[in-house]
This record gives sequence, structure tokens and C-alpha cells, in this order.
Amino acid sequence: MEENTSNERATGLIVDEQADRSIAAKLVYVARLLWRDKAGLIGLVMFLAVVCAAAFSPWITPHDPMQQDIQASKQAPAWAEGGSTEYLLGTDSLGRDVLSRIIYGSRVSITVGFLGVMMAFTLGMMIGLISGYKGGQIDNIIMTMVNMVLSLPYLVFVVFVAAILGNSLLNVILIFGLTDIPIFVRVTRGEVLRLREEGFIEAAQSIGQKTPVIIFKHIMPNLLGPLITLATFEMSAMIFYEAGLGFLGLSVPPSVPSWGNMLAMGRQYLTVYPWMSVYPGLAIVFTGFGMNLFGDWLRDAMDPRMRQKKK
Amino acid sequence: MLRYLLSRVMYSLALLVGVLFIVFILLHLTGDPVSLMVSRQASPDEIESLRQELGFNRPILVQFADFVKGAVQGDFGNSFRYRVPALELVLQRIPATVELATVALLMAILMGVTMGILGGSNPNTIFDSIARGLGLLGQTIPTFWLGLIMILVFALNLGWFPTYGRETFQLFGLHLPDKSIILPAFTLSLFTTGQLTRFTRSAVMEVMNEDYVTTARSKGLHKTRIYLKYILKNAAIPLISIIGVQFSYLLSGSIYVETIFAWPGLGNLLAEAVGTRDFFLVQATAFFTSFVVIGLHLLTDFVYVLVDPRIRYK
Repeated sequence: MEENTSNERATGLIVDEQADRSIAAKLVYVARLLWRDKAGLIGLVMFLAVVCAAAFSPWITPHDPMQQDIQASKQAPAWAEGGSTEYLLGTDSLGRDVLSRIIYGSRVSITVGFLGVMMAFTLGMMIGLISGYKGGQIDNIIMTMVNMVLSLPYLVFVVFVAAILGNSLLNVILIFGLTDIPIFVRVTRGEVLRLREEGFIEAAQSIGQKTPVIIFKHIMPNLLGPLITLATFEMSAMIFYEAGLGFLGLSVPPSVPSWGNMLAMGRQYLTVYPWMSVYPGLAIVFTGFGMNLFGDWLRDAMDPRMRQKKK
Repeated sequence: MLRYLLSRVMYSLALLVGVLFIVFILLHLTGDPVSLMVSRQASPDEIESLRQELGFNRPILVQFADFVKGAVQGDFGNSFRYRVPALELVLQRIPATVELATVALLMAILMGVTMGILGGSNPNTIFDSIARGLGLLGQTIPTFWLGLIMILVFALNLGWFPTYGRETFQLFGLHLPDKSIILPAFTLSLFTTGQLTRFTRSAVMEVMNEDYVTTARSKGLHKTRIYLKYILKNAAIPLISIIGVQFSYLLSGSIYVETIFAWPGLGNLLAEAVGTRDFFLVQATAFFTSFVVIGLHLLTDFVYVLVDPRIRYK
């Protein structure tokens, strides 16, 4: 008994040391990899730029995004005919500064994307762990439900639910956070099934480690790589879907500056004042481009097989 | 094989029942479906009488049983706005959407598969860069914005296409769309083009490294023969399932495109029904889109069995 506990402590210690060393070493390694692959680095910088825009909106916007300057409404961008440097990207139909609204709009996108993904990530990982580790009947039930939800036309149901629940930031976060769970469950479960066959899990089981210890200490750290990669892509997808809902008038209330809402308004004036819809769209493209570049790099970096291929 | 297919059919039927349940329960999500449907000025009496009329005052299980019974007979209730059965409206709109999605899919296959093959079989060349770029673009340009830009450039500035609407010409008694389908279909297709490019590229790259391709090369087989018989045939297997999935993306993505281009299909109907809070119509649209999608997945499974002998013998 005595020997057993000391043994366990000893193994625990070794595992800890290795984990510590590998985390620090991994970070340096990841940074070096990122520096080498310029596409991934550019992607990360683009994404961070959007996060900064969201975090520091009040300090970097030239105007109040809600302030209406009726005299200057529908003004063209600075370089076009009838534009002024006062409103760099022009104004909308109520005379609000397009640039300031785009900068503030990043707040809605980043908030929905981040909180939605956090929610789906946490819940999806938990359910996926149960499903993959326990197996049996629970696994069957969970996976049947997951596959069912994943085989539905996603956008149609998101629109349906959004119409029922009504416009609010919280509703939008909940809708995306909940509907995105299945994809995280599926990926987690797949990884758990793979990991369960690995030697180190068998070793941990054979020295009598308890299930929670195995799950939290041995399985979860190995899940983070694939799940973070997935989260990057899902966050970018969520930002798209949020803007899409806004475009249909189903996201945050119309008065709130968001990229989707701006597009919805801009669409009405497309033929005469195209800048109202062109620039908010470019903001979405910029964000999506950055996140996808970074996500692609992350996926390759997390997969040693791909790393070798890329020499 | 028959057993496998039969189990897929049963699964699809179970899925449809699940969809019915979801479509039903979503309407009751806030607890009171009637308050969603009436205008704000409605008096309590009016609300109550509507509740009675639509049967929302009965126990929820009874309502569900009734809903399923109606749905099986094709009765999803009447549209509030049009005062006709919701199903009728949905069925009228299906052809236009299927037509749009099919043209979009063909465009995507043409561009995506071609670029994927070119990129995948010439790694690290200009073709490969274009293929990778196309894959990225498809994922980063939102459909609803691309549609606006397309109108701006090709309809308003260049005047090559109409800005919106579906115009037709007659051929053998069929009303086929003319060039008015090109902008919406292209807009809808870009995401799928990107996906197909990515998948084809990696599938081709994978197959190129297989031993049997090396063997075929060392035997001195002609390049065309190697491509057609060995590379493309094997790379096509994963593509089939992806094309099935993509078609369902196209069907739901049509909600943006049809709204922008005023294309008279299901997506347009859904957006309109949501806007007018015509929830029986929303239910019917959601159910029928799912129905088509589930049917497509089933079809994909069938084709899969035909193409991949490994599944047949399992």
C-alpha cells in the first residue's frame, strides 16, 4: 500500500515535470514554427488587429458610431466625389460614420464568435469525453443525436430559432453556442477513441489511476490541439453566420452597429450609395481571411505528419 | 448490401420524425406560439380566440400528435399571409431552388474539381497556388456580400446581367431560366467551389503517392491512362460524399442568394415568412428543406455503394 502511493506520487511527479517542460518548450517551438510560416503569422496578425479594434473601439474611432449628422448623410468616402476627410469611409443614410461603425461592429462579431465558441467548446468537449470514454449505450444515444443535428440544413434552423427568440446579443450567442456543440462532440469523441487505444492510457489504467485523473491529466491535454484548431475555424464560421443573420435582420437589434446590420441597411442603397455595403463586407472578409490563414497553419502545425510533408 | 441500404432508409425515416419533432418544438420554444404570431396591438380577447382556433390551448402532447398526423397527410396549416395551405406554397417554390442549387453545383464542380486536379497533380506550381487561393477565397468571402458585389459590378456597372429576378425562355414546353440565373448561381457556388478545390486537391495528392500509381508509372503507362484509370477514379470516392453534403449547403445557402436576387425559391419564401412572422409557413419550409437534404444524403449513400466496392462487401 505504502509502496503503491509513493509509486503513484512518483509517476505523478514525472508526468508533471514533463508537462511543464513540454508546455514551455512547445510555446517556443510553436513561435518558431509561426515565424517560419509567414502565412500563419500574417493570419494571426490580421486576427489580432480585429481583436484590438474591438477592445479599443472608443479610443480609435474618429466619431461616435451612433451620432447622426443629417447634414452629412449619404456622404461618399474621402477619395470619391463629394467625400471629405471628416468621414473617411463615408456616412450611412442617417449620417453616421461608416468607419466608426465598422470598428464598433467588430465588438459584436468578436463577442459572438468568442463566447459562442467557448460555450460550444466546453460543453462539446464534456459530452464528447463522456461519449468516447464511456462508450456503450450513452455513446449510441449521444452520437445519434449529434449526427441527426449535423445532417439538418443548419442555416434554415438557425434562422428559424432566431426568428422565434427575437433580436438580442444574448440570444445570438446562445443560438450559436448551443447549435455548434455537435461538431465539438464529434471531434472530441473521435480523438478520445483514438487516444484510448494508446499505450500511455493503458499504462495509466494498469497502475490503477482513477478515471477522472486519466481524463483530466492524460486525455484532455491531448485534446486541446485538435479542439483549438477546430475552434479557430468555428469562430470564423460563427462570425460569418452572425453577420448573415444580421443581414436578414435577425441578429442584434438594428440600432446596434454590427457588420451584418450595416450590410442589411447598405443593401437598400446599393445602387446609389455602394460604400455603405462594400466596406462592412470587407471587414468580414478581412477577419475571415486572417482566421482561416491562421487556422490552416495551426492545423498543419498540430499534425506532425503534415509538418514533415511540408519539410 | 441490401441490408445496409435498408438500414439507411430506416435511419432516414427516423431522422424525418426527429425533424418533425424539432420543427414542432421550436415553435413552442418561448412557451406561447400565439404571441409570436399576432401583432402587438392585439387585445387579450383576440389572442385568446386565436389560441382556441389554432388549438394551442390543448395539452402539448395532443398538439404534437395532431401536428404529426397533419404533417403525414401533408397538412402544415394555412399560411397566415397568403391564406392557402403552407405546403402548397412550399411545393411551388421547390423547383426554382433546386434549379439554382443544381446550376451552382455544376459551376462549383467544373471550377473546383478542375482546379483541384490541376493543383493537386502539380504541387508547388502556379496551379497549386491558384487552387489554394481559390480554396481560401471560397471560405472567406461571405455569400451575402458577394451577391451585392456581383450586382454592383456585373449588373449595374457592366450591365451584362439583370440585377434581380428569374427570367425564363421556353424550350420543349419547359420554362428554363435565361442568363438571369448566372449571377445568383455563381454567388451561391463560390463557397462550394472552394471546398471542392480543397478536397479534390488533397485527394489527388494522396492518391498520387500511392504505390499503385508508382507501379503504373514504372510500367510506362500513358499519362492520360494513369490519370483516368488510377488517380481520378480513386480520388472521386471521397468527393462523392462531399458533393452530397455540399448540395445541402447550397440549399440552405440559397436563403441569402434568393433574398438578394429576388429568386422565387424556398430561401426567399423562408426569409419572407420569417419577416412576416408566418410561422406555419416557416415550419413547412424548414421541414421540406430538411426532407430534401435527408433524401440527398440517402441518395449519396446509394451512389457510394455503387462506386466503392469496399462498402459492398463489408
